Amino acid sequence: MGEITKLTLVNLVSKIKSKEISALDACSDYVNRIVKSKKLNTFVTETLEQAISSAKKIDDNNLKEGILSGAPIAVKDLFCTKNVETTASSKILKGFVPTYESTVTSKLWERGAVLLGKLNCDEFAMGSSNETSAFGNVINPYKVNDENIVPGGSSGGCSAAVAADLTVATVGTDTGGSIRQPAAFTGIVGLKPTYGRCSRWGIVAFASSLDQAGPMTKNVSDCALMLDAISGFDEKDSTSANTKKEEFLKNLNRNIKGLKIGIPKEYIVDDMPKEIQDLWDKGISWMKESGAIIKDISLPHTKYALPTYYIIAPAEASSNLARYDGVRYGFRASGKDLNEMYENTRSLGFGNEVKRRIMIGTYVLSSGYYDAYYLKAQQVRRLIKNDFDLVFKDVDAILTPTAPSSAFKIGEKKDDPISMYLNDVFTVPINLAGLPAISIPAGFDKSGLPLGLQIIGKPFDEQTVLNSAYALEEKIGFKSQVKDWWM
Amino acid sequence: MSINKETVKKISKLSRIASNEEFENSMIKDLNSILKFVEQLNELNTSNTEPLSSVVDQKLYQRDDVEKKINEKKDILQNSPVKNENYFVVPKIIE
Repeated sequence: MGEITKLTLVNLVSKIKSKEISALDACSDYVNRIVKSKKLNTFVTETLEQAISSAKKIDDNNLKEGILSGAPIAVKDLFCTKNVETTASSKILKGFVPTYESTVTSKLWERGAVLLGKLNCDEFAMGSSNETSAFGNVINPYKVNDENIVPGGSSGGCSAAVAADLTVATVGTDTGGSIRQPAAFTGIVGLKPTYGRCSRWGIVAFASSLDQAGPMTKNVSDCALMLDAISGFDEKDSTSANTKKEEFLKNLNRNIKGLKIGIPKEYIVDDMPKEIQDLWDKGISWMKESGAIIKDISLPHTKYALPTYYIIAPAEASSNLARYDGVRYGFRASGKDLNEMYENTRSLGFGNEVKRRIMIGTYVLSSGYYDAYYLKAQQVRRLIKNDFDLVFKDVDAILTPTAPSSAFKIGEKKDDPISMYLNDVFTVPINLAGLPAISIPAGFDKSGLPLGLQIIGKPFDEQTVLNSAYALEEKIGFKSQVKDWWM
Repeated sequence: MSINKETVKKISKLSRIASNEEFENSMIKDLNSILKFVEQLNELNTSNTEPLSSVVDQKLYQRDDVEKKINEKKDILQNSPVKNENYFVVPKIIE
């Protein structure tokens, strides 16, 4: 035992189905590792006893039909889970126990997966380092000179848990890069599907026109399997796409001969470390070796994506987070009248970054400023999407770095919101345009930290994104360098 | 456009977030730096650009008009911090 947690999701499920490994043994191995890994602070809530009994049930009743049969899976604490506390890593939701299950997680359990617990994240998914969580930083399983570094964010508990073998795979959410950037920072695969591919029902909302759930996994095949499991139309989400069900794992192949890959010149940014440029160049050669055709492209409005995002996302957040009023769920502070109760509840319940974004969002939506900020940002969002629509007439996918740096030290960017926001420079445009994009681990920087490459696809063309990633993965031959220093 | 203390007070009122001196000072600093950053957008002429509010271009789905047993009273009240048998309880509103 002990080796089970090294298996990929695809391999583990196949061994459980063939009874080479029991669901209980798989679950127990994960439970043992989780118990010894508290230092990483990846979990907000553990459901280990329930996991063991669910695994037993799978073995006892021979429930081996599901495509995730017996897979032990922890999920981001942004998905509502029936009868299991769901906090969005915020004090304001402490004690909230949903009476319903999100569509995405219900699909996981229907397909045979077993819930291990809920993973830490930035508060309400607002952050790029997991430092805004009300329950403390998550620690990256990679370390530099004995110093702790961030796992990325907002899905930082997810990325650290997959990298540290504390869950065989997971689902995170991505509003501006929250799956892809932490995946890059921890040497794992993370996919943000097309907006509408996965139901948002039952996910704690941040910015509804941008939020999308997606898989975070050890490799590309696992990612395809997880997308098979969680995608699909849901009548409970009015923005869920009514497209036909696809089979991403079944259709996964490395043949990208003749595929046209665009390289956008605007993604060369100031101060980008040379090793990231070098890695991008390597990515281009790997694509060429696989038979892809490389084309230089231009996405002229790229530099306006971040400012656009930092109007639209806070505006939507200020509206979505109006529901936390101390009346219906979660934390409540006292106050002499209703307004004071609201104000005290929200002031004590929300952390600084969340308050900052609610304030900005309220300001850009307020009378007299709506046209100058919010409407302007929506117009620029159109220009950004038009850029992509135009280049996708000539290319099938786009290759870029995932983030402009490797993971940084805890506290390094905490005091300057703008420098933190700049982390998302390569990922935010994709959310604004609603496109699918994957981050795959592609190498290490000089201090031994993982770096990721991003492949962006046309709307609902996750298959091409996955296939290109699958081809690159073979060329890269990435091997995790996580040493179990915390155990 | 820059944000002063009066504006921060007004916005925190609209946001229903209690404000104090320390909060106001830190917000003046942060909000001004974020606004300066987003004002780059003014470099672009968008007078003829249609705003984009959603990337979804499908008609809204209409479900069948049948009764569903969801959001029952017991479930809705379950997570309320202060409630009685049938209602959410809030501080007194009418004297």
